[in-house]
Amino acid sequence: MRKITLTTFIILAVIMSMFVTGVMAQEQGGTLVFGRGGDTVGLDPIQVTDGESFKVTQQIYDTLVDYTPGTTEVEPALATDWEVSEDGLTWTFHLREGVEFHDGNPFNAEAVKWNFDRWRLEDHPYHIGGEFTYYSYMFQGFPGIIQEVNVVDEYTVEFVLSEKQAPFLNNLAMVPFGIASPEAVKKYGEDYFKNPVGTGAFVLEEWRQGDRVILKANENYWRERAYLDEIVFRSIPDNSARFMELQSGSIDMMDGVSPEDVEAIEESDTLKLSLRPSMNVGYFAMNFKFEPFDDVRVRRAFNHAIDKQAIIDAFYAGLAEPAKNPMPPSIWGYNDEIEPYEYNPEKAKELLAEAGYEDGFEFDLWYLPVPRPYIPQGKFIGQAIQSYLSEIGVTANLVTYDWSTYLDKTDHQEAPTYMLGWTGDNGDPDNFLYVLLDKDNSNNAYESDELHEVLVEAQKTMDQDKRVELYMEAQEIIHQDAPWVPLVHSTPPIALKSMVENYIPNPTGTEKLHRVWLSE
Amino acid sequence: MFNYIIKRLLALIPILIGVAIIVFLIVHLIPGDPAQTMLGERATDQALERLREQMGLNDPLPVQFWRYVKDLLRGDLGRSIMSNNPVSAELVQRFPATLELSFFAIIFAVFVGVPAGIFASMNQNSWFDNLSMLIALIGVSMPIFWLGLMFIWLFAVELGWFPPSSRIGVGLEFTPITNLYVIDSILQFNFTALKNVLHHLVLPAVALGTIPMAIIARMTRSSMLEVLKKDYIRTAYAKGLKRKIVIFKHALKNAMVPIITVVGLQFGVLLGGAVMTETIFSWPGLGKYLVDAIYARDFPIVQGGILFFAGVFVIVNLIVDLSYALVDPRIQYE
Repeated sequence: MRKITLTTFIILAVIMSMFVTGVMAQEQGGTLVFGRGGDTVGLDPIQVTDGESFKVTQQIYDTLVDYTPGTTEVEPALATDWEVSEDGLTWTFHLREGVEFHDGNPFNAEAVKWNFDRWRLEDHPYHIGGEFTYYSYMFQGFPGIIQEVNVVDEYTVEFVLSEKQAPFLNNLAMVPFGIASPEAVKKYGEDYFKNPVGTGAFVLEEWRQGDRVILKANENYWRERAYLDEIVFRSIPDNSARFMELQSGSIDMMDGVSPEDVEAIEESDTLKLSLRPSMNVGYFAMNFKFEPFDDVRVRRAFNHAIDKQAIIDAFYAGLAEPAKNPMPPSIWGYNDEIEPYEYNPEKAKELLAEAGYEDGFEFDLWYLPVPRPYIPQGKFIGQAIQSYLSEIGVTANLVTYDWSTYLDKTDHQEAPTYMLGWTGDNGDPDNFLYVLLDKDNSNNAYESDELHEVLVEAQKTMDQDKRVELYMEAQEIIHQDAPWVPLVHSTPPIALKSMVENYIPNPTGTEKLHRVWLSE
Repeated sequence: MFNYIIKRLLALIPILIGVAIIVFLIVHLIPGDPAQTMLGERATDQALERLREQMGLNDPLPVQFWRYVKDLLRGDLGRSIMSNNPVSAELVQRFPATLELSFFAIIFAVFVGVPAGIFASMNQNSWFDNLSMLIALIGVSMPIFWLGLMFIWLFAVELGWFPPSSRIGVGLEFTPITNLYVIDSILQFNFTALKNVLHHLVLPAVALGTIPMAIIARMTRSSMLEVLKKDYIRTAYAKGLKRKIVIFKHALKNAMVPIITVVGLQFGVLLGGAVMTETIFSWPGLGKYLVDAIYARDFPIVQGGILFFAGVFVIVNLIVDLSYALVDPRIQYE
């Protein structure tokens, strides 16, 4: 008996020590090679809109507030804490002291004001080098709703807004709003996008355009220094070639994994898979201006007619969730109590018959001409929907255009039915529900006053619990009206070598890599 | 000869003006809007309007054209809509990669294709002739993306003989100067880098060179067969000359003109950027970049790139024309 206890104790001790070394032994050093589909467009985050640029600027810059890893909740970053006035119009941020830009200049309230003034004032001498697209998009034009930025003291800065913006903090956490060194922007002018200077965990070493971006660890980082010494972002446009690079060991991780490669990764001993929490939705919309889609029974019939899980298994290698709401579950305020319209062709036929279409009808179905993160294979998924609808006696003719024409025409409500989707910007429900379905914004002539009231009230409410309640209600209204068939929330897979540790993908699409380390 | 070169170079000017006009019209008349493409799903009417205004897309077409011509005459190709980088900087950055790859691909094509063609013609209808022409036929019809992927899979993943893609390995001390990596590494006496760069060049150069190789082999064979039937070849044999001398000195030189033409044309085509090869082998050249620019409706890049290619193509043709005189002294330039 005693012997057994001793053996057990030894085994336990060994297991414990393995556990301890496994957890504790973060190793310092090494180079991480990240393979991705395209090159960075520019390294001035306010001037770019593409994920390949943000992936890199995320490492070079910090924002006032940041997303907690793996979520869309906001936590302190360059600002340590903040308060908002009673009327919701004045925000005061207390800044972290002792932070330096990569060029040695101090980070302080002046620097924050200078950055915001550069972005928002069209007559600012350094409002050059691009269109400042994300600023005008999130803060409604130039100067937009940020009326004033005031330096209160060296480490306190105050924002005065012209109207309340409930997602203001979530917006500030977005990677385009990384704070740049004012001196560097002045020094490089139009060429600043090639010479980025921030406060982030990594410093730009070299950018060979079209090929690779090389970053070195920032030795003076205000958080802990990165475990890695170096990150190399390599552009490898072809998905299959990129995967073969991973197999041959010349890169350590990659995104843009083809569904057909997922099985090989799951079976491999040296590779592993990480799923990015979804912050997108792919949907099939029906336009109220075209008969019979003005009839809710027809729209609900379509919701019952499409088998989402089968589409996910066939075209996403199972790596997506069927959607029942217009926003993904990773976002707070998601209404999980909603009962989805189940796949039931019989019920769909009954609803059609009730609406007077027992003999079916014919219409145009627009499918996506380009692969998007939420719908990677537009044509095939369009064909799948077409065949599901033919089962309930409805004939869909497949139609498409080049991407920019497609966007233009759907935006002008010219498509009777169409596939489209959305990737969230700031992790706020407003960024899905208001942007996509409010009567002022919808592309399918869905104009619900009831929904509009709820959404506008939520925009003006600063109380978080109250906002959750309002968005829950909004999702219920949308579910009843069924303006779309919400299809999927995709969870884009990332493939890594097993030795890459502590990589936590963020729903917003990019994340900081300073806590990533390499074992072995 | 000198006058001829000057004349040909002067003729370049109207060609480039013509190309500039045609490219401008095509680029601006095809449907699609760079602002729309840039904003994607986020394109609201106000955002689009603001962006178009900033990009100067709201001006009437003649105004835009006049601005374009004025800048062009000053040697200014404009700035990329996507990255805001000057077009000329983008071209200078990427063209050397295309040039280096095309050069090694054409070297491979010539050094394999010409001997294969000669040997096949010497043994017409032998098993070697039939086999090599069959291989050439397969080579001509090979989809390059498939060939490239098979190369990577076999030689990089399975056998590990070559790196799968890109121009140079990670973690090497190396500073690009001219962006022709072979030359840069020689200039810096960096032979570790040189070895690495050449190692990276093998797979893409062979993949890209396969089709030109097959075309050159077929052209060499048929050109040689024609020459070998000539009376002076029979006379040469009758004089008792060795077969080697007859083939290489008497026949090959006379068969060379069409071969040079094909080699030149193929080289010109390769310099236009090999989109597929560049994509598969992550080669940061101009071809892939230009195609991306077309999708993004990045007008200045597309205009500048095509103008540049037109110039390169004309110059390559000029060099080809001049080299005829080297192999055939009867050809003279006035």
